[in-house]
Amino acid sequence: MTGVLPIALEEATKTIHVLLEAGKEYVCVMRLHSNVPEDRVKEVLTEFQGKIYQRPPARASVKRRVRIRRVYYIDVLEVDGRDVLFRIGCQAGTYIRKICHDVGEVLGCGAHMQELRRTRSGPFTEDENSVTLHDIVYLYSKWQETGDLKYLRRFVLPMEKTLEILPKIYIRDSAVDAICHGAHLTAPGVVSLETGITNGCKVAILTLKGEAVALARATASTKEILNMSYGIVARNERVLMPRGTYPKMWRSKTGRS
Amino acid sequence: MSRIPAPWTMKREVLVKSKSETDPNFGCKPEDRPYPDLIKFGVINLDKPPGPSSHEVAAWVRRIIGVNQIGHGGTLEASKPEKSQCDRRSADSP
Repeated sequence: MTGVLPIALEEATKTIHVLLEAGKEYVCVMRLHSNVPEDRVKEVLTEFQGKIYQRPPARASVKRRVRIRRVYYIDVLEVDGRDVLFRIGCQAGTYIRKICHDVGEVLGCGAHMQELRRTRSGPFTEDENSVTLHDIVYLYSKWQETGDLKYLRRFVLPMEKTLEILPKIYIRDSAVDAICHGAHLTAPGVVSLETGITNGCKVAILTLKGEAVALARATASTKEILNMSYGIVARNERVLMPRGTYPKMWRSKTGRS
Repeated sequence: MSRIPAPWTMKREVLVKSKSETDPNFGCKPEDRPYPDLIKFGVINLDKPPGPSSHEVAAWVRRIIGVNQIGHGGTLEASKPEKSQCDRRSADSP
């Protein structure tokens, strides 16, 4: 299996669970075990769009109980005899191998997954930022030779890229260090925020420069936060920025800062 | 069954709650991070080769770049588990 495999380095590993929960897209070759009319295959694949029940396959790293998974789309790209090439967008934790197997069951002839390539993992796609192991070796040695940072920047992306799929809250400089020390975000610290935030949803807290400060769970919706003048708007879950990056602007309860 | 829109097709707007400016003396834009921090807060969009497992590939990247900690997002299983293990054994032995 090939394709998009985002790799987080050092401190950025704190953001990895965002990707584990993120939607994925694959291109898959399914092989049918007997000849089936093309229209029938397409019809059955269409049925697998939406919410599906799925029991993880025998060789799985999770408990094998039936789970509900969302399949956003299945587009058949090509049918060549018994081979069916399709693109599928789905929720994290959907086993494509199992979908192929189940499609075979519905068709009554059986089918298996012949080949799989991931084309998306959350915000990461097969774009100009995608690199192979060979590229990494080449670019890294090139950087060591020349000391030119452009070679490193060519393949090491800022971890903020990972957070693109989360709704964001931008906060003022004076609130940054408090968040870095584990404080929850309160309304006065918010400068701007994105639409689509709901109570209980995961959000990214960023500085006005766009740096990630922390991952948090919103305690109010976008609309509510806009109208709040005090109180907690997001509970801190994971601090990403080291303390002291921004100056400490808050005072402790004892009066001395 | 009706289609569920994929999360990555969702468009978000930024709404301003209050005005504030950022002090250029602290922090820096993510794309301008200087050398050690660039790696420390970096992610790689790797195109995984067929054969080795995601964990192996992640370990190789760690060795290439010489960082301590590494994590990968979402396991892509090795193409043929039995074969891959044979390969690994032969690759490890001198």
